[in-house]
Amino acid sequence: MSTLSLAIPRPVHPSGLWNWLTTIDHKKIGVLYGVTAFIMFLSGGVEATLMRIQLTKPELDIVSAAVYNQLFTMHGTTMIFLAIMPLGAAFFNFVIPLQIGARDVAFPRLNAFSYWTFLAGAIMLKLSWIGGATDAGWFGYAPLTSVDQNPGKGIDFWIISLQVLGVASLAASFNFIVTIINMRAPGMTMMRLPLFTWMTFITAILLILAFPVITVALIELTFDRYFDFNFFNVARGGSVVLWQHLFWVFGHPEVYILILPAMGIVSEVLPVFSKKPLFGYTTVVLAGAIIAVMGWMVWSHHMFTVGLGPVANAVFTITTMLIAVPTGIKVFNWIGTIWGGSIRINTPMAFSLGFIAMFLIGGISGVMHAVSASDAQQQDTYFIPAHIHYVLFGGAIMALTSGIYYWFPKFSGKMFDEKMGMLHFWLMMIGQNVTFFPMHFVGLDGMPRRIYTYAEGMGWDLWNLVATLGVFILIAGFLVFILNMVKSWKSGPDAPGDPWDGRTLEWSIPSPPPEYNFSEIPVVKSLDDWWNTKQGGNGKAVPVSGGSGDEEHDIHLPQPSYWPLVTAIGLFIAAYGVVFNQLVVPWAIAIIGTFIGFVGVYAWSLEPVNDPDEDSAH
Amino acid sequence: MSQEIHSSEGHTGHPTAGLYFKIAMILSVVTAIEVGIFYLTWLGYWIIPVLFVLSAGKFALVAMYYMHLKFDHKLFSYMFVGGFVLATSVIFALIFLFQVWL
Amino acid sequence: MAQEHTSTAGHEEHEDTTTGLNHRKMLMWAFLGSDCMFFGSLIATYLVYQGKSLTGPLPIDVFDIPVTSVSTFVLLMSSMSMVLAYSALTRGNMKGFRIWMVSTAIMGATFIGFQVYEFSSFSTHHIHFECSEVAEKIEHGDYVKAGHDHFFQKECLDSNGLLKADHHVDEEYGLKPQTNLFGTTFFTLTGFHGAHVTLGVVWLLSIFFLSFKKGVITREKNLDVDLAALYWHFVDVVWIVIFTVVYLFGVFEGF
Repeated sequence: MSTLSLAIPRPVHPSGLWNWLTTIDHKKIGVLYGVTAFIMFLSGGVEATLMRIQLTKPELDIVSAAVYNQLFTMHGTTMIFLAIMPLGAAFFNFVIPLQIGARDVAFPRLNAFSYWTFLAGAIMLKLSWIGGATDAGWFGYAPLTSVDQNPGKGIDFWIISLQVLGVASLAASFNFIVTIINMRAPGMTMMRLPLFTWMTFITAILLILAFPVITVALIELTFDRYFDFNFFNVARGGSVVLWQHLFWVFGHPEVYILILPAMGIVSEVLPVFSKKPLFGYTTVVLAGAIIAVMGWMVWSHHMFTVGLGPVANAVFTITTMLIAVPTGIKVFNWIGTIWGGSIRINTPMAFSLGFIAMFLIGGISGVMHAVSASDAQQQDTYFIPAHIHYVLFGGAIMALTSGIYYWFPKFSGKMFDEKMGMLHFWLMMIGQNVTFFPMHFVGLDGMPRRIYTYAEGMGWDLWNLVATLGVFILIAGFLVFILNMVKSWKSGPDAPGDPWDGRTLEWSIPSPPPEYNFSEIPVVKSLDDWWNTKQGGNGKAVPVSGGSGDEEHDIHLPQPSYWPLVTAIGLFIAAYGVVFNQLVVPWAIAIIGTFIGFVGVYAWSLEPVNDPDEDSAH
Repeated sequence: MSQEIHSSEGHTGHPTAGLYFKIAMILSVVTAIEVGIFYLTWLGYWIIPVLFVLSAGKFALVAMYYMHLKFDHKLFSYMFVGGFVLATSVIFALIFLFQVWL
Repeated sequence: MAQEHTSTAGHEEHEDTTTGLNHRKMLMWAFLGSDCMFFGSLIATYLVYQGKSLTGPLPIDVFDIPVTSVSTFVLLMSSMSMVLAYSALTRGNMKGFRIWMVSTAIMGATFIGFQVYEFSSFSTHHIHFECSEVAEKIEHGDYVKAGHDHFFQKECLDSNGLLKADHHVDEEYGLKPQTNLFGTTFFTLTGFHGAHVTLGVVWLLSIFFLSFKKGVITREKNLDVDLAALYWHFVDVVWIVIFTVVYLFGVFEGF
């Protein structure tokens, strides 16, 4: 085999920067994902803050209308593709192999490739602020994106970076589907999988089916812009509504891609801090699966006011109202879980409870505009941002924050400061309601969204001021959070392996987990196996903080590799080459980037996962 | 058909070259029929369902035998057929929404 | 614990995984399921825009069904030779394996050649007819292709609306992606299929050349061939759909 590898020696036992650049350890990649996504979350937050400041009072002129358009477009794109999705990916990476009793993911190098590609796409999108970012909304409706309407490079950066991010997400999802099906520990049947793993599995399936649709839509848009094709060119018979259809065929499953991991986290946290098994495990799993199926039948509810006709509007109204049922089932199950439990309220639990309340409000306003007649009143008003922020901020971000606190001891090996955590919770809880609840009022009062300012005397002044004040409460909350994380990670008290009296396998090993995760692959006997083992229910001895670890030299871990990084860099260069395709020699940069990518792929596929002559890598 | 396969299965679990060749012949003949049908003007709009059935048959033959789905683990079939069914549904939904053939 | 098993696993043996299935093969099937959605979206776009072009040429003007039938046949046969290559490998017949591999790649390249020819002939399509012929068809109520009708109206009638009996029409009527919706959707859909075939040819040839290195592709280590074959057959079934939906339905007079 070794004759086939290129002459470049593989990075064995690297340290420092090279360690991080070539790592294929799922835990390190998870941390990379998490830190990057959080930085992106902050950048999206800055964009939101600027918008709120602009809207504090009527007729302010702090940012121009043009910049405002870029702000709301970048805010939406950033939060969805660069913050919530990769925060989910951070948890998939860190938690899934630990929960299913595996030493790594199925394709460790593909995993590294996913992260570096995601980073490439994120950098590309954010750097588009230099010279003018995209300003056509995160949904990029045609013809706002046509080259006549929007000749700048902003749209091109948006298109191409979304394609790059799509590659990253697809690669990661294939990886997790195979990992969850094929890397489970002995005895870990599908119906013994922890809920978070289940929801990740469903999310990954949704993702590999939804992303090709946006890929095609973006390709069509690219061809329209670069080569004068006619997909969305009305003058030659094209239909701008087709873009909306393709976008939302992707976009609605995408909504569930954002929220299902969050639901999974909550379904982990609630049982642990209620000291009760999840109420109706099978029902929750099935509800998730039904959401995944029905998520494909509702997309046109984003288009009720386009004029699809009464039949289409009626059908999509009904399917949209129906999809509230499995979501409602989940809420009932969560309440059933805490009902009668011996509840411990601490930071992760508080965030999960907050999630239920906030998500419920968002869900109910969602059912309101599921009715197409009602939606005709609400479409494009501030009522819709109010809804989406209750679902994605009050929902997804609350649950993800809960997850950060919940697994913080596991990935850092330190305990966080509980008081600061609760302070963060209350600031966030108050802040988001002060910010987003008034949007319901101004929305129903007719204030349109995506306007950079509004006239005096419309009756919107007070609630806009309140909403902006709420943002500063949120900022205070996140400052507390950052302080808590940095301080605790540096000098917090050491965390035990199982600080929460947890139920799932990740708590059966030390914090932070050793590189090989499990010194001995566990044999799973039941749902909530670790909990039952501690209760003596599985006839197994409780391992002393993950075994002695003296058989380390028997564990062959996959070794670090340069090639995922090289391939991702190739893709990055190619992507820039497509945007600046007339630079120097037309398309030369794109071709060079593609070539580098190909070299990376070839070297990668010729490189064995483990060099047989190398001992294990620790 | 299925008996034939059973008898031709070696310990590899796959059909023999002879069966692959027969399937190729079937595929060619069906393609020829498809092209031929197209000149039968009296079929009118019936040509659409007929061509649909014929090409679906070709699709199924390649997927089941050449791609071994018939012999492989069911999971692979679920993955592929799941994507295929969803794609088909989206196509028909969009055709309906755009009222192409109404 | 089994990791990627880059080169050690034939898919017949039981793998050290939960389901006993190979990781890479499972990924391949998930990818193919996902790729169904990719082509599904392209086909949906094509069908949604069917008959919505504002100008010609239309499918009936440019398509040459006999030529495309031949290229379809070539691709179907390449699928057969692919499966025979894999079959030969699993029986340890390296020579047969290599012969079938190369013929698969050659047939794939031939298909691409047909496509290049087709694209260029579409883009330089000419229309020529005698005015009297078309006038006769119109009189009998026979079907007249849109392109013929277009030039008939434009060139065959004099200012009084009378037929120019001896006039002969010979006009360029090329189809480019920019020409109309049909061009846009047709070239994009078939172009992406062609790109898939091209990538497949590169993949097959890579495996073919690798097979000369000792111990890389053997009777037991046949997974790489298995995966490439799955991809190749998938590209074939996509073409089965395209041939029917785009070509045969396209020239059907009812549309």
